[in-house]
Amino acid sequence: MAFLTDRKRAVGLGSAKKGTGHFWNMTVSSAALAILVPLFVFTFGRILGAPYEEVVAYYGRPFPAVVAALTLVVGLVHFKNGAQVMIEDYTGGLTRKALIVAVICLSYAAMAAGLFGLVRLAL
Amino acid sequence: MPDVNRGNRPLSPFMLGQYYRFQLTSVTSILTRITGNAMIVAALLIVWWFVAAATSPQAFAAADGFITSWFGDLVMALSLLGLWYHFLAGLRHLYWDTGRGLQIEVAERLGIACLVGSVVLTLLTLLVI
Repeated sequence: MAFLTDRKRAVGLGSAKKGTGHFWNMTVSSAALAILVPLFVFTFGRILGAPYEEVVAYYGRPFPAVVAALTLVVGLVHFKNGAQVMIEDYTGGLTRKALIVAVICLSYAAMAAGLFGLVRLAL
Repeated sequence: MPDVNRGNRPLSPFMLGQYYRFQLTSVTSILTRITGNAMIVAALLIVWWFVAAATSPQAFAAADGFITSWFGDLVMALSLLGLWYHFLAGLRHLYWDTGRGLQIEVAERLGIACLVGSVVLTLLTLLVI
């Protein structure tokens, strides 16, 4: 014997109404990355493999440093949102929640560490 | 609704191979996801490299030594291929989002363009840098 009405049982089982925001975030970050990624590939690629002193001097310059910082931040936000959709597609229940929390923490940790390194190199 | 099946529903990849035949559009789609998520490895290596460069010459030597070793080179080269693939596939998505290019022949041609283009861009990048 069910004491709830059918309508009451259905409430809250639909979409969370957040999908468009997520989609728009991916659109904006992908458009930004379409510009940032080539810039980063050719600035970072040029200096990778160079000696320590050259690397430190290179990332003391504004352009390579700002490109690297923006690529890290936007790239990891894009990763965080994209990886979350993958987790939502392939897992469920507690595993899903734990993996989403882990991916978000990893993304922000990598972002913070990378920015710390870049700021310290630049100053 | 006590008759509704909750929590016992099949999860996404269950139909692959058994009920679903692979085709160019679906393979290029799943490759976008694989390359996008696999790039976290290269991202973490690059973050390590930056933090090491900011820390000390010794720390930098360790990170740089790993990334420029044959194994590091392999990881970075494959990530570069993945990056260019994901880049082109992302542009394809932005194009699709405008409502264009959704006819099957066009979508398949764009998929081939992503596959071939990523290899070409990777080789060009490796030549330049």
